[in-house]
Amino acid sequence: MRHIISILLENEAGALSRVSGLFSARAFNIESLTVAPTEDASLSRMTIVSVGSDDVIEQITKQLNKLIDVVKVVDLSEAPHIERELMLVKVRAIGKDREEMKRVADIFRGRIIDVTESTYVIELTGNTAKIDAFIEAIDRSLILEAVRTGICGIGRGDRILKV
Amino acid sequence: MLLTGAEIVIRCLQEEKVEFVFGYPGGSVLYIYDELFKQDKFKHVLVRHEQAAVHAADAYSRSSNKIGVCLVTSGPGVTNAVTGIATAYMDSIPLVVITGQVPTAYIGQDAFQEADTVGITRPCVKHNFLVKNVKDLAETMKKAFYLAQTGRPGPVLVDIPKDITTHKCEFAYPKSISMRSYNPVVKGHAGQIKKAMQLLLDAKRPMVYTGGGVILSNAAESLTKLVRTLGFPITNTLMGLGAYPATDKQFLGMLGMHGTVEANMAMQHCDVLLAIGARFDDRVIGNPEHFNEESRKIIHIDIDPSSISKRVKVDVPIVGNVADVLDDLQKQLATAQSHSDPKALAAWWQKIAEWRGKNCLKYKESNDVIMPQFVVEKLFEVTGGDAFVASDVGQHQMWAAQYYKFDKPRRWINSGGLGTMGFGLPAAMGICFANPGATVACVTGEASIQMCIQELSTCKQYRLPIKIINLNNRYLGMVRQWQEMFHGNRYAESYIDALPDFVKLAEAYGHVGMQITKPQDVGPALHKAFTEHKNDLVFLDFITDQTANVFPMVAAGKGLSQMILAEDL
Ligand SMILES: Cc1ncc(C[n+]2csc(CCOP(=O)(O)OP(=O)(O)O)c2C)c(N)n1
Repeated sequence: MRHIISILLENEAGALSRVSGLFSARAFNIESLTVAPTEDASLSRMTIVSVGSDDVIEQITKQLNKLIDVVKVVDLSEAPHIERELMLVKVRAIGKDREEMKRVADIFRGRIIDVTESTYVIELTGNTAKIDAFIEAIDRSLILEAVRTGICGIGRGDRILKV
Repeated sequence: MLLTGAEIVIRCLQEEKVEFVFGYPGGSVLYIYDELFKQDKFKHVLVRHEQAAVHAADAYSRSSNKIGVCLVTSGPGVTNAVTGIATAYMDSIPLVVITGQVPTAYIGQDAFQEADTVGITRPCVKHNFLVKNVKDLAETMKKAFYLAQTGRPGPVLVDIPKDITTHKCEFAYPKSISMRSYNPVVKGHAGQIKKAMQLLLDAKRPMVYTGGGVILSNAAESLTKLVRTLGFPITNTLMGLGAYPATDKQFLGMLGMHGTVEANMAMQHCDVLLAIGARFDDRVIGNPEHFNEESRKIIHIDIDPSSISKRVKVDVPIVGNVADVLDDLQKQLATAQSHSDPKALAAWWQKIAEWRGKNCLKYKESNDVIMPQFVVEKLFEVTGGDAFVASDVGQHQMWAAQYYKFDKPRRWINSGGLGTMGFGLPAAMGICFANPGATVACVTGEASIQMCIQELSTCKQYRLPIKIINLNNRYLGMVRQWQEMFHGNRYAESYIDALPDFVKLAEAYGHVGMQITKPQDVGPALHKAFTEHKNDLVFLDFITDQTANVFPMVAAGKGLSQMILAEDL
């Protein structure tokens, strides 16, 4: 099962490596990891997507909680939540492809944020499935470069992760 | 008044009422040593290798419940210390390790004696810090002492760049620390404790299994009281020996890979298992699938939630400090409405008596060659069972655990988790500092002892009257045993050739050496060492049977009840 684990941790030097080191030392899987400071600069919020059995995910959350820099951990996927990922993709845009690329970007509510005579950079946000679908929908040979942030997530409604 | 970083380090150690710092100087810690030199509130113990500094501090803690402190220099000082730190980490021993670092401006420049200490030690410490500003130093030190000793204990490292030891600031040592990210639980959940009690009272075939956590939380007395009230059988892990008196009739001996038949069988066949401060590791329950073949209810008390349901699913988890939970359990028991079924319990004890009847620790006695087990039995006799016994790693370690009956906690000091050869002698030193005047033995092998043999010099300097019990089989005995049993007798690199003359070696360091070759000389030699040479370090080199193996044995990957016994071969 795929799980989305949200972590609040002290915004200290080395905190990220404590988390990533834990995953490699205990042979836990990481599909993606995102991290940045929160509105409170003393805290970072990290989202990790991992795949594992319930037992493994339970161990992951327990081990994360054990890290001294970790303030709080929740498994977002246990309840309704929203997940988003950002992709920036540079595509070849010449001739008939130029029009087509704009059309597909529009359908996916992507935005063209850089334009040259022969390329576009398209910004697209959504869940993983949507971004995968976009990649499927365009001619792959036109992709010059793509960069994805990995998932960040938040609980729906009253579910709040805060100190 | 402004103090330098070096002065602050010393003041912090004094505030923490540290008695001994085990260490070794070098460039990056010179200012700290300079301040250390100017004070006399605590003493510094100069070892001969940084690994030994950490082991000594570690055993100082294990044998006393005080915190161990070490001080080493940057680069090689730290890398030498890593084995000691990892050893302490695996056994959850509270230490504060202070390490020098190159000056802040040099970090990352591949400076002389630079190592990424925080990076190297991250996986083997409870936490570590790099101090980047002298203003943070006192608080960091306070946090280090707090973190090391609370919750599940462990080593905490403070890395201090050399320039920070010269920078100045006001000194104020925080009285207490609170961290929003760290709030260890103490009390167990009352509802869970109640559930546990009911399970225990309903049990037909109960078993108590306890590990190092009982020792670490100073809960031996509470445990003993509880187990006596319940009248249940009990086993201790290698790390937990001494938590329950080994000479008591409810004690079934150690369990695990080299556990007794009665302990392992009762563990496998019980219907309710009370696990306390133990973690079901591979050397203890063998193959977890095999262990799960028998159905039983498991109650698990541990301070660390991540130890619960890690290898074996647990029915009633209780997170809390073992001592507190045991006391709560005892209280609930006193007011319980129901009682254990005495008939079921009697039948269970009857079954255990059958297993006990196997007499699984019996070994082939000899009049010609010294049996290693015999030496440990004699050691027990001569020391009245009241010694502190440090051990190295190998067959001798298992024999010491099996044949020396520990009635008190913190008497059996060994590296259980990491299994570090070289631990024994420096550990014995740490014990001596924590327990002046105590009887201290180091049970070791001719291979292990050579991994920290240089410490004989430290022992001379500080007049440490350790009795080294060298069970000399001229082999990496435990390796040889596995090769004999699982690798077709191919003894690849397990014969130790070119051994030193240990008697002369001991004498060269200024100690007393004895070589014992005949069984009838074992008792008298030990007696002489512990009486006539009470105040000397005596190196007793026992030339033992080369073929002796440790039994019972659960081969790696096998189940607890699939033991190989001495008589099977
Ligand atoms: C530092 C280290 N290296 C290697 C090992 C693997 N090992 C475990 S027991 C053992 C042999 C120990 O020999 P000795 O000290 O003579 O004890 P004996 O088993 O003969 O009693 C070895 C090499 C270890 N535990 N620690």
